[in-house]
Amino acid sequence: MVDITKTFGEVVANNKVCLDIQRGEILSLLGENGSGKTTLMNMLAGIYFPDSGEITINGKPVTIASPKDAFDLHIGMIHQHFKLVDVLTAAENIILGLNESAVVDLKRVREAVKQICDRYGFVVDPNKKVYDMSVSEKQTLEIVKVLYRGADILILDEPTAVLTPQETQKLFCVMRNMKDDGKSIIIITHKLHEVMEISDRVAVLRKGHYIGDVPTAETDAMKLTEMMVGRAVSLDIERTEPVNPQPRLIVKNLNVCDKDGVARLCDVNFTAYSGEILGVAGISGSGQKELLEAIAGLQNCRDCSTIEFISDKGETKVISGMHPLEIRNLGVTLAFVPEDRLGMGLVGSMNLTDNMMLRSYREGKGPFADRKKPKKLAETVVRDLEVVTPGLNTPIRRLSGGNVQKVLVGREISMQPQLLMSAYAVRGLDINTSYNIYHLLSEQKKRGASVIFVGEDLDVLLELCDRIMVLCAGKVNDIVDARTTTKDEVGYLMTYLKEGGATRE
Amino acid sequence: MSKRDGVPLWKSLGIRLIGLTLALVVCAVIIYALTKLNPLKVYAAMVKGAFGTNKRIWVTIRDIVMLLCISVGLAPAFKMRFWNIGAEGQVLVGGIAAAACMIYLGKTIPTLPLLVIMFVLSLIAGGIWGTIPAVFKARWNANETLFTLMMNYIAIQLTSYFVAKWENPFGSNTVGIINTTSKAGWFPAIGGQMYTLNVIIVLALAVMMFLYLRYSKQGYEIAVVGESENTARYAAINVKSVVIRTMAISGAICGIAGFIAVAGASHTISTSTAGGQGFTAIIVAWLSRFNTFIMMAISTLLVFLEKGAVEIASQFDLNDFVSEMITGIILFFILGSEFFINYKVRFRRGKKGAGK
Repeated sequence: MVDITKTFGEVVANNKVCLDIQRGEILSLLGENGSGKTTLMNMLAGIYFPDSGEITINGKPVTIASPKDAFDLHIGMIHQHFKLVDVLTAAENIILGLNESAVVDLKRVREAVKQICDRYGFVVDPNKKVYDMSVSEKQTLEIVKVLYRGADILILDEPTAVLTPQETQKLFCVMRNMKDDGKSIIIITHKLHEVMEISDRVAVLRKGHYIGDVPTAETDAMKLTEMMVGRAVSLDIERTEPVNPQPRLIVKNLNVCDKDGVARLCDVNFTAYSGEILGVAGISGSGQKELLEAIAGLQNCRDCSTIEFISDKGETKVISGMHPLEIRNLGVTLAFVPEDRLGMGLVGSMNLTDNMMLRSYREGKGPFADRKKPKKLAETVVRDLEVVTPGLNTPIRRLSGGNVQKVLVGREISMQPQLLMSAYAVRGLDINTSYNIYHLLSEQKKRGASVIFVGEDLDVLLELCDRIMVLCAGKVNDIVDARTTTKDEVGYLMTYLKEGGATRE
Repeated sequence: MSKRDGVPLWKSLGIRLIGLTLALVVCAVIIYALTKLNPLKVYAAMVKGAFGTNKRIWVTIRDIVMLLCISVGLAPAFKMRFWNIGAEGQVLVGGIAAAACMIYLGKTIPTLPLLVIMFVLSLIAGGIWGTIPAVFKARWNANETLFTLMMNYIAIQLTSYFVAKWENPFGSNTVGIINTTSKAGWFPAIGGQMYTLNVIIVLALAVMMFLYLRYSKQGYEIAVVGESENTARYAAINVKSVVIRTMAISGAICGIAGFIAVAGASHTISTSTAGGQGFTAIIVAWLSRFNTFIMMAISTLLVFLEKGAVEIASQFDLNDFVSEMITGIILFFILGSEFFINYKVRFRRGKKGAGK
């Protein structure tokens, strides 16, 4: 790719970017949020069309105007959001869109799929319906799909964001097999240790510009971060000792069932203290979402559950079984950064000011809402957290993922909460923004708030939190001291439920 | 083709203007091709049909405010993404309530208090008609599109029943003009015009609805619920009560439209009192993006087209289809310009050489 430029309106997403990839190579593409990595890759995959520049494959200049052109040139992309048809089986998804012949020979397809799987070490059941699959199975299917179509160049857009550490290892194993087979792989990821582990070469983008590329063996995390951000960034998380920890939230016998009556949380007991960060670890779907939503009053708890909130002044308030508004009216300041930012924490089509009002619009007398204070708050958040936005009147959907998260976290922290809950606060965020968020959380802890941090990156959990609660299949498997435990111990607790699920306080 | 990031106002207005001009040109070509009539004369006749005489102007205005009133009523429901297809029914029950007052109370209560009673009762009737589907939606998640649509048919049957009951003269199967001599429950003429009060009421409603949706706390709640129920729950908004409250307001305003139709325009009630306006208003509400001031312009355009179409049909001895065709073409171009406002289309070099 030579001199590729792509603009959206007035925003230059890619500015004269040059990139090359060799046969049998794994190339990591690094960059902050909104630096144009995905845009660049989408142009290779035929989803966007470059404004100017040239793409050559095996020495021949080519034009990629549609995903079909990309297939014909043996380029396959695995997107962050899977593009599979839920009600079809794996094999049916693989041949979907290929018009080979009128009669579909599923038997032959299964043969071919099996061959691909054996060659690279995949496990795919061609007869399984997609809606029965786990996230990692779906991803595997996506990869097999593009391989079946004869892809020689594979692009993986943040493939590990949704995987557990074990699943990531499996994926890397497969990637190495493909590399040995002569395939070229481009991987986009924010996790530097993965970059170091898997790739041969690293290319860095910053604000749409191509900064350079280095062989992985000759660089380290610090140097890469500096290339990405443009200045040296400290990768240490400051962790202070909790000051005067007092019980802030006591959860007893919390039981939550989903709509179908399946138990999501089972006899959860724990206490969160003021001035500490309580980490929550677990394989995705172990009940983290339900736990936070139950505390926030958004889940129906079983009758036996009690959740007690103890304010700064030592008053105990029972908040289980209450509507969020009732909890608020009790004077409980509870901030919640949910996992689904645009689907729950914010309104995508509204501008920054209106999103700031979401929590506070009831304030003030009279039927009309006050927009002056939210506007000031929006200005403060934009300034303090360095939110990149064309203006306060921009619909929040148009901001990049990291900036959306900054707006959300900024609003929640502005409440001066006594309890702050965050779910996957840094998912999809670049390293610089992630560390900003960690610092913000640490500041809340120093202020005396109790912070509950649901995370997926074990390294971060171990560095940031004071204690880590490990959930496994909806039960509290254990609560460990983050300063003394190891990654292996937490990883073990995530996967193997102890006898009786005993809790140690 | 790519989505645009916000378009300056002059540009979007320009695109709409071009769309309208193109529509008129295309219509002109078709009119000439099919009928060999001078298109300019046909357009002139349309203008004459809608605004030709003083009386015609006021009839046109009466119809505009009727359509506007229903559109204003639909705005909060659609902003909440609640598919209120039931404006027809809500207008009809409001009309029934108004007519009932005129028939039963017309002799005993003077006009001014009578009008107030009619107003309130129509409002309540329409509100109830709108609330019923909302309750079912909130409680049991019943599909509101089908539910409100069904409620229309119930309202039509109800109207038929009352028409039969109030039949006058006997055997005509119509209610006839109510209180022809006493004019009890009729809108009084203000400034020498019969329809002044219609205009005042509807304009007041439109301004109030604009302020309500844009600046009030409840308007904010409606916007959040419409965008994402999960976010609404997260923000401690009681989604069910917002749905019910908003539909009560929506139905109530449609009920007021029924009151205006009966007391301020036709002075009678029939199954065609709503006359399909409840459906036309859906187009108006969506095209205006729930901005009541833009609704005024769109209602004007639609009513003008309708009046003009009737005129050319009679003047040039064309049948109704020509006029409907013109309306269709113009709407097509208006909707088309919305597309060009939201998207940018660029042509790319052919990707695979010619002849393939």
